[in-house]
Amino acid sequence: MTKIIEVNNVSKSYGGVKANTDISIEVQQGGITGLIGPNGSGKTTLFNSIVGYHPIDSGSIRFEGKEISKMQVQDIARLGLLRTFQQTRIYGDMNCVENMLISMPHRKMTIREAFTTNTRADHDRAEHLLDFVGLYEKRFLRSGSLSFGQQKLLEFAMALMNEPTVLLLDEPTAGINPTLINGLIDRLKRANSEFGITLFIIEHNMRVIMNMADSIYCLAHGELLASGTPSEIQGDQRVVDAYLGAH
Amino acid sequence: MTILRPIFYLALLAFIVAAPFIAPEFRTQLATLWIFIILSMTWDMTGGQMGYNSLGNILFYGAGMYIAAVVGIAIVYNVGEYTNAAGGGIYKFTDTQYFLGMALGLVAAGVLCAGIAWILGYLLFGLRGPYFAIGTLGAAIAAGELVSNWEWVGGGQGIALPVYPGDDYENAKLFFYYLFAIVGVILFIFLRWFYSTRFAAAINAIRDDEEKAEAMGLHTLRYKLITWSIAAFFVGIAGGISGYQLIHFEPLETAFQTINLGIFMVVCVLLGGKGTLWGPIIGAILFHVVKEVTWNYLLGWQWVALGALIVITVVYFQDGLMGWLARVKPEWFGERVMEKPDMVAEPAE
Repeated sequence: MTKIIEVNNVSKSYGGVKANTDISIEVQQGGITGLIGPNGSGKTTLFNSIVGYHPIDSGSIRFEGKEISKMQVQDIARLGLLRTFQQTRIYGDMNCVENMLISMPHRKMTIREAFTTNTRADHDRAEHLLDFVGLYEKRFLRSGSLSFGQQKLLEFAMALMNEPTVLLLDEPTAGINPTLINGLIDRLKRANSEFGITLFIIEHNMRVIMNMADSIYCLAHGELLASGTPSEIQGDQRVVDAYLGAH
Repeated sequence: MTILRPIFYLALLAFIVAAPFIAPEFRTQLATLWIFIILSMTWDMTGGQMGYNSLGNILFYGAGMYIAAVVGIAIVYNVGEYTNAAGGGIYKFTDTQYFLGMALGLVAAGVLCAGIAWILGYLLFGLRGPYFAIGTLGAAIAAGELVSNWEWVGGGQGIALPVYPGDDYENAKLFFYYLFAIVGVILFIFLRWFYSTRFAAAINAIRDDEEKAEAMGLHTLRYKLITWSIAAFFVGIAGGISGYQLIHFEPLETAFQTINLGIFMVVCVLLGGKGTLWGPIIGAILFHVVKEVTWNYLLGWQWVALGALIVITVVYFQDGLMGWLARVKPEWFGERVMEKPDMVAEPAE
């Protein structure tokens, strides 16, 4: 397997708060990589650094070998590196199908193609993906009227519609009904195996992440605490201490 | 439904063609109504569909007026001498010169206004929300002031254009009515198609959540520039026609009339319902009727009545007529729960 994202010695601080210190991680192409850590450990900051939401203080971030740490959000997204938001972001006034059709990969479109109407195939693909996440029946409802969990599923489907190479998911199971979580795990795994999308996931639910990830990184206090396979992480005393608050 | 639609559009087209003969005394009023409709529809492209409320679209109206006039004059005379004559010189235009000048002028007005929007967009699209509104308003006011100090185009005096050929001015009224109507109908047909494209979906995404649109890799700046340029193209042409219709115009009250037409077009759209195809048209008709009725029957209070209408619309009725309908009758706008075809319960055996 090749490294698709390489983060090298990245640091980021907000004023006096060091959100990330000297972090180095690798995401393998075609795999599922997890990122865990207690609240405030700097996970979302690292995500934001990778997708270009804010400049980093030092270090380097490479995507498919290309330095992206100085690029803008849209430009990075157009490389096929996409993220979902912890606070779900969908187009609330539109229905689910419209949300899906807007998420067509415009990076693969010429301006001429943008000035065409969506084809039957596009609609079919949108409906197929909505079916995939279990929102088919609600596809013509205003998406803002869906429950929070359903909006998360919609955002996930929208990301798939965009045909990304890598998908960064910020807490995909937060706010989702526990009985639906198994279904979501299954869908995430299928997105990885069937659509070939590399996944990089922030997750608090240990059962979820241990079930899915090939390798896991654990942050604490803005620093990389541990990394390894799920079983190695589970057996790591430092990780347990970090979560339980031992000093 | 599918048969009714073409019949409706044909009937509407017939009405548009017949209107100046049904109400011959209102020909100029009807032409003005078309200006409102064109300006409202183009304002809605950015304001309603893209979420960028421009208070400066009147800039393209004024610029179009000046560009069309200058081109129309320049193909025959030296513009500086022409505007400098102040009634002293006699400048004659043959019919061919008049119409050729106007045609070239309108094309130039459209194209150059689109270019102005592109350049202005580069400078202003970094502003969001009310800041964009104020920025564009400032640009329009500045443009008016600049032009009114530019002697080559007549300065504060403005420009007097040649009169429509022939002695019967009813012909001119009909000519300008139909000219506006053609632009309006083309614009409507264009927008009907435009709003069905992926491009339009992308500008809707920018309106609803620009940050999300960026995160999804949309070419947000490029799409904003293209949309505003198309709007400016049509506004420029409408302004150009207005110049020839008015014969004489000056910079601050007629061409770059920020506080009149510049605001009216926004109110029209809000009244009818922004972000819809028909809202701006319905709003423009309503607004124009209210405006003319108050001018006739409440003279002296007309500005008060108009101000009250604006305040009520902005404060209590922001969604407009179409928005209100969409809230009351969501099913008319396609909102529904749809079962999967293969999930329909099988008949009991």
